[in-house]
Amino acid sequence: MKKQSKVIIVGFVLSLFLAGVVSNYASSSPDGLEKVAEDIGFLENAKEHTNSDGLLADYGVKGVENERLSTGAAGVIGVLATAGVSTGLFLVLRRKSGASR
Amino acid sequence: MHIPDGFIDIPTSVAFAGLAATGVAISLKGAKSTLDEKTAPLAGLTATFIFAVQMLNFPVAAGTSGHLLGGALAAVLVGPWAASLALTVVLLMQALLFADGGLTALGLNVFNMSLIGVWVGYLIFTLVKKLLPKNKSSISVAAFLAGLISVPFAAAGFVLQYAIGGTATFSISQVLTAMLGTHFLIGIGEGVITALAVGAVMASRSDLVYGYKGSTQLLETRVK
Repeated sequence: MKKQSKVIIVGFVLSLFLAGVVSNYASSSPDGLEKVAEDIGFLENAKEHTNSDGLLADYGVKGVENERLSTGAAGVIGVLATAGVSTGLFLVLRRKSGASR
Repeated sequence: MHIPDGFIDIPTSVAFAGLAATGVAISLKGAKSTLDEKTAPLAGLTATFIFAVQMLNFPVAAGTSGHLLGGALAAVLVGPWAASLALTVVLLMQALLFADGGLTALGLNVFNMSLIGVWVGYLIFTLVKKLLPKNKSSISVAAFLAGLISVPFAAAGFVLQYAIGGTATFSISQVLTAMLGTHFLIGIGEGVITALAVGAVMASRSDLVYGYKGSTQLLETRVK
């Protein structure tokens, strides 16, 4: 196997593991902006997200009761979707081999 | 860091959406000249990895968490143009699929994270790299500082947007102080993750790392 594809495969599997498994151990405290908004008092200005009852809203798969499974599956779907869209985009954009800089 | 709908008024959000779209359009052009067969898959992996790690909130202070932004990381690995695009794809996925970051706030978020986070990270990295001896450990130090400093700057982007079109009336200096303080702490985590991730890629394929290539190119040309 070429060394380059090795880096890509290792990185991809690591991403799946982080989003699919480790994500269940992430801190559930509000993030920096949310905490600042809460402390200062403008958190209530936030509107509910347009897709708040979407299939994957808030990193969970709708209908999956088991929380670990729900978060993990949402993470895996996100990794696959991001990998597909971004790699597709960058492959379209890349310089064709042989073309000059 | 993902701004929800409602914090910033619509006219301001629309204006920043215009700025964000311009930035993305320029990045598309820039990425075309920097990506090749070898680095395009790495750019895709960078976006994927950043999506995954953004799910991993780490505690920073009592009742507060933070997560990687990834702008500096992406800029060092694949260059600022592709980095802005990678971050934009991540933000699109989060807003469209996971209801993370408001739809009307998308331009605000792209401006702060895909443009400010990436470019401040890239400039700091380039500056620090110039000041340090030319070796691999300098790359990690520069990556750490780039990550650290990029986060409070991205947070300042929100304060700018709040100052122009915030829907609340709390004083700007109060919001600025709170945002910078919290995000400096988050920046430390950002710096550590950025340095570790850049170090890992450097250890296996340093020739793919955009921020390292520049410093070796001259030498390679001479050897040839």
